Parts: sequence; structure tokens; C-alpha cells
Amino acid sequence: MSEPGFATPQNEVPNFYLVDEHDHPEGDSTLLGFWIYLMSDCLIFAILFATYGVLGGNYAAGPAPKDLFELPLVALNTSMLLLSSITYGFAMLAMNENKVGQTQAWLAVTGLFGLAFLGIELHEFAHLIELGATPQRSGFLSAFFTLVGTHGLHVTFGTIWLVTLMLQVGRYGLVPANRRRLMCLSLFWHFLDVIWIGVFTFVYLMGMLR
Amino acid sequence: MSAHVDTHDGAAEAHGSRKSYLIGFGLSVVLTAIPFWLVMTGVLGSNQTTAAAIVGFAFIQIIVHMIYFLHMNAKSEGGWTMMALIFTVVILVIALSGTLWVMYHLTHNMMPMSAADMSQMP
Repeated sequence: MSEPGFATPQNEVPNFYLVDEHDHPEGDSTLLGFWIYLMSDCLIFAILFATYGVLGGNYAAGPAPKDLFELPLVALNTSMLLLSSITYGFAMLAMNENKVGQTQAWLAVTGLFGLAFLGIELHEFAHLIELGATPQRSGFLSAFFTLVGTHGLHVTFGTIWLVTLMLQVGRYGLVPANRRRLMCLSLFWHFLDVIWIGVFTFVYLMGMLR
Repeated sequence: MSAHVDTHDGAAEAHGSRKSYLIGFGLSVVLTAIPFWLVMTGVLGSNQTTAAAIVGFAFIQIIVHMIYFLHMNAKSEGGWTMMALIFTVVILVIALSGTLWVMYHLTHNMMPMSAADMSQMP
């Protein structure tokens, strides 16, 4: 009896993968890879939000959100981050038009807004610690400082990255590698703004409603 | 400098225009200002209604940022960015709702303890 169907010539080995390597331009997959990093970063924040959701009501007879948070300050902070998002967008538009000077100027403005955000946040933290609302005080404060502090740390490193790219652009111009890096930082920066939406809604605004 | 050529089709649509950035910014400002206003003035009366409203505004604002700032669409990188996002959202919903659900019931089934008892804890 002979086998029915798809007989292959005896001497031909079947291929189960692509034999010909197709062309991969340098950095072609960087943006997708960076996006996947951002998604994993998103999971870190999801866990920190979950922790805050569980511990957020455990004051241990200490201060509650209502005693600590100042909404006008949070609103100012939010506007700093929002403004930095739009100025980064303008930097990307200048980059697309090949304007080196304008790109750097918008990056500088973005960096200043980022620093303003960090300054206000550190001022808030210092004020809380002065009141005795340290991370060790209660489960609520531990979760609060971890969540908001991790976001602040991200902004800090984003700002360092931004300065690095300003120097890179100044030295090498808007070469393809620098464009790619600027696009990655763009994703990172806007992503941090998305996380901040969660922070000001669930931590600050909901905290005042508790 | 002008030698820059987009290496693949996705790159051209990945950038927004000045108009789309400004629309996104305008929407974000409105969607941020309203929840702050709701909480600061308490116009809605009950806290539960206000909480539901601000969560709704946050949800809309996240989508606005995704579209206008992160330029999400179903086509970029052959749909893989969208797939990664959907996967992340699924994990996120499971992790968040699961944690809150389990821990809420854990707290409720604990022995009741008053604040006075709590202060006696070591």
C-alpha cells in the first residue's frame, strides 16, 4: 500500500522556517519593543494601584487624605505634566520638519515643566513628612508614597533621558537614530501622563471623597 | 539631513499633526478641570455620584491621551501594539479586580476590631 496524499520527492528536505532572511532596517522593531516595555511598566503601576486600593483606607489612627492633600497644589502639578505633554508634541512636530533648534527649544521647555512637576511633588512630600505623615506612619501612607514616588521616579529618569537626547541632537543632529530615540521618549513621556490621570483620580480626588 | 526616509509605512502615520495635538490638549484640559471642579465644589451632592463621575472622566481622558498623544490605532506595527495593549488591559483588569475583591472579603471576614483595640496593638 502506498501513502496517500502529499508525496515529496525523497531527496528534498522540507523547510519549516523562512530560508531567506528578509531585510530588517536598523531599529525597525525598536518602537514595538519599547511599547512592550511600557506595557510591562503599566503592570508595575497596576500592582501599585491595587496595593493602594487595598491599603488606602488603613490610617492606623493617623492622618487621612482629607487632612493631608491640597487639591489646588495637585491641580497645579497636573497642569505642569499636561503642558509638558503638549510641548513634547511640539518638539516632535519640529523634528518632523527637520528644525534642530526648534526641536531642542521645545525639549528644553518640556524639561522645565518636568522639573516644575518634580519640584512641586518634592515640596508636597517634604510638607507631609514635616507633618509626621511619613511612609512608616500607616499602610495608607506607605502605599501612597510608593505609588506616587514610583511615578515621580519615572519622571526623574525621563527628564535625565530628555537632557541626554538634547545633547545627542546638539552633537549629531536629527539623524535617524536620534529620531527613533526621541519617538521612544515621546511614548514614555505621554505614558507617564496617562499614569498620572490614574494617580490624581484614584489617589487625590477619590481620597478627598472618602 | 534631508536623506531621512521613512523606512516603513507605519512611521508616517505615527506622528500627529499640530491640530491633533491641540485637540488632544484641549480635551485633556476640560476632562481634567471638570473632575477637580466636581470634587472641590461638591456640586453633585453625594460622594458616590461624584466618585462615579470622576472615574468616568478619567477613563475618557485615558482614551483621549491614547489616541491624540500616543497615536494608538489598530494598524501601527501590523496591529501588534494594539494586541499588546489589549493583553495588558486584560491582565490589568484581572489583577486589579481580583486583588480588590479578595482583599475586601478578607477584611470583612476578619474579627471586628475598633480603633481603640487597634491602638493597643503592639
